[in-house]
Amino acid sequence: MKAALARCLRPSLLLAAFVCLAAAAGACSGGEDVVTVYSGRTSNLIDPLLREFAADSGTDIEVRYGQSADLALLIETEGERSPADVFISQSPGAMGFLAGHGKLRAMDGEILGLVDPSFRNQGGRWVGMSGRVRTLVYNTDLVDPAELPASVFDLTGEDYRGRVAVAPPNGSFQDFVTAMRQVHGDEATLEWLRAMEANEARTYPNNTAIVQAVGRGEVPMGLVNHYYNYRAQAENPNVPSENRFFGAGDIGSLLIVTAIGIVDSTDNPEGAEELVRFMLGPVAQTFFSERTFEYPLAAGVQPAPALPAWADINITTYDFDRLGGGLERTKELIDESGLEGS
Amino acid sequence: MRAVWKDPDRAPPKRPVHRLTTGWPTLSLAAAVGLFFLFPLFYLVWGAANLGGDFRAALSGWGVWGPLGRSLLLAASVSAACGVLGSALAWLTARTDVPGRRLWKMVAPLPLAIPSFVGATAMLAAFGPGALLSVAPRPEGFWGAFIVLVLFSYPYVYLPVALRLENTAPELEEAARVLDGGFWRMARKVVYPQVRGTVLAGMLLVFLYVLSDFGAVSLMRYDTITRAIFSSRLLDRATSLTLGLILAVLALGVAAAERGLSRPGPTASRSGARQVRYRLGGGRWAAGGMIGTVTAVAFAAPVAVFAVWMVRGSTTVGVGYSGLGDDMTFLIAPLLDSAAAAATAAVAAVAVTLPVAFASARGRGFAPAAAAAAVSSVFALPGLVVALAVAFWAIRAPAALAGLYQSFPLLILAYVLHFGAQSMGAARSAIRDMPPALPEAAQTLGARRGRRFWTVKLPLIAPGLISGAGLVMLSTLKELPATLLLAPIGFRTLSTLIWGAAQDGFFAEVGVASLVLIGLSWVFTWLLILKRRPA
Repeated sequence: MKAALARCLRPSLLLAAFVCLAAAAGACSGGEDVVTVYSGRTSNLIDPLLREFAADSGTDIEVRYGQSADLALLIETEGERSPADVFISQSPGAMGFLAGHGKLRAMDGEILGLVDPSFRNQGGRWVGMSGRVRTLVYNTDLVDPAELPASVFDLTGEDYRGRVAVAPPNGSFQDFVTAMRQVHGDEATLEWLRAMEANEARTYPNNTAIVQAVGRGEVPMGLVNHYYNYRAQAENPNVPSENRFFGAGDIGSLLIVTAIGIVDSTDNPEGAEELVRFMLGPVAQTFFSERTFEYPLAAGVQPAPALPAWADINITTYDFDRLGGGLERTKELIDESGLEGS
Repeated sequence: MRAVWKDPDRAPPKRPVHRLTTGWPTLSLAAAVGLFFLFPLFYLVWGAANLGGDFRAALSGWGVWGPLGRSLLLAASVSAACGVLGSALAWLTARTDVPGRRLWKMVAPLPLAIPSFVGATAMLAAFGPGALLSVAPRPEGFWGAFIVLVLFSYPYVYLPVALRLENTAPELEEAARVLDGGFWRMARKVVYPQVRGTVLAGMLLVFLYVLSDFGAVSLMRYDTITRAIFSSRLLDRATSLTLGLILAVLALGVAAAERGLSRPGPTASRSGARQVRYRLGGGRWAAGGMIGTVTAVAFAAPVAVFAVWMVRGSTTVGVGYSGLGDDMTFLIAPLLDSAAAAATAAVAAVAVTLPVAFASARGRGFAPAAAAAAVSSVFALPGLVVALAVAFWAIRAPAALAGLYQSFPLLILAYVLHFGAQSMGAARSAIRDMPPALPEAAQTLGARRGRRFWTVKLPLIAPGLISGAGLVMLSTLKELPATLLLAPIGFRTLSTLIWGAAQDGFFAEVGVASLVLIGLSWVFTWLLILKRRPA
């Protein structure tokens, strides 16, 4: 029995020793000219660009991938000793959390000038890199396009009872509610949330879950970001789901930016700024337009022809720092409406 | 039997209570380990206090009681169901002539390796209108979460109980069989008392795991306390930390209660002895059908979904997104990283928690009990909370330890903190069931403490340690938050790969990586548990 135990343990111990050595060797690498990125965008959506930047500039890039919100929490927890130089967020909410806690460095005016003021933080702490549009994904077998609503406010009508999916815990949904509060006020927003709850809106944890559910016909339609359906179609063109964009200027067609910011405690501000500039340059912006089906925000690059034109979507400036607890209030309203956790 | 000893003067000599010599070294080691496991709790206390989190306000608000009650309801019912299901499967595969035993032994532990968010997504894709199997009802809400969690966590009971059943005392059963007490009576009076402690320890793990789970409950849209912890983590950190604290305190209480419930049963007298095998007669096909159904839903259904995703994704040409190519080399590095992390964490967790297991198995007193409860409590916390706690302390460590931050050893430490409850629980029930006669004999023969440990006790409890190591390994393979936040940069496991692909909606990649993850789990399970068993 002892021999058996030893037999089991020996390979794993060897493996462990080997890995510890490898890790120790790895810890010794790195130096001045390294930019450490905490990225809420997944590797598929950013890695090719980071590689290209590293090759062009000779700067070493180290990337940690994770959920935007979790990485923002990690940077806040790490405090002054954070290894992160740059934070890339999938949602302005997580970036706003760090800006609100004073963890982001003010950016150079010349960098800020590369992006339209609508797509950047008013305090100059972060800039937008690319944009996603809120949309209504629907199942073409279950829904006649003629019965689709013109405005997100119509979804509270009797025709849509129990037929619409929303993702209250999701950052993009919360950003959308925050923007709705700015444009239409807290009262109207709470009224809409309550009406959605009363209309038996179905809740899901995130966009992907909604798009999958709509594809299966579990729920006829759902409020999501625009590009999830393109990906579902790319994997299985037989899925009967399509995007419907709301009418021009409707808050339901809100543009939500993915953002980049420089962490306050960085030891390589030049490298970090260079990376931000690269992300706003033509190479990166073309990548966002052509490869990830997002809206490019700088360098004069145009969105993919399949997407609604700029004129047809809602570009609302909203600033989490300026709102002062903007997301907190959004969360309160969502809780108050009873929409989440039904 | 009582009749024989009727004469009080001839009462049997009281069996000397074996004093498992938990000396000062073991006790102080156990206390130190217990203290180490309290650090996540200290982080929550510090954070909640600093941010002005109001414990009483959080408790008095109506918002907490609903989710808390639902968490407890779900945890209690899932652990009860896992206790029954896990024990039944273990008994059938270990002790009966159920058809397909070898196959079931290989497959039954594997659902534990499927990350709950992937498992739940696969279940949703498998069952219900519009899914692969559209006649089945769609799993959602309480029952959806219940079914998914039972199917993916029964191995916490199955694995230790199956190993325990290989090492019970066959002579008790043989004697009972000779006396012909009837099958059920024998099961109740002879077999059950021997595995009772192991079953309870496994059920405690399931209970704590369900408290910590976020993936399955969020996808099944069942609103528990982890949902509240997650949705308030950025917006209202004080509340989020306070809710985490409530969860940790709850887990401490539950762990203490389990200790009160378990009492030592008859111990094994020989280990590795030939076990009684029961003939099920006509019932064997029904039993085989039952195991087949469970493994079909818990294992075959997700595997089929993964395979469908993989094939579908590799045969369609994406628009702007390339599907899976022919090149599968992107899986190699994550595979090696996963294997290294899981094997190291398993060995480390067993070693670190062994003193606590020894001290708390039979030792009395506050310190061992508190240490064991501390180890258990961390398992009930969501992985994200554990990861942030480790980051919080590690980055504030003295300068000499600064290089440790986000290194491989720190990652292992996080796994050990989070999953130590599994190795401790399995080891503790093995120690409780250890026959005292052998260490006593060794002591009488003058063997020193160290020698007694290595040559007598360790071989006796080895099956328990191995099942604990197996549980930690399978849990580490699917771990996500600590791996994402604390691993060295560039360290990618299969489960971070699956997560990234699921985020992007690349289900073909999710499918193929999940299949590789299951394959790796199978290899580990086979090496650790099956290879060394007599067929």
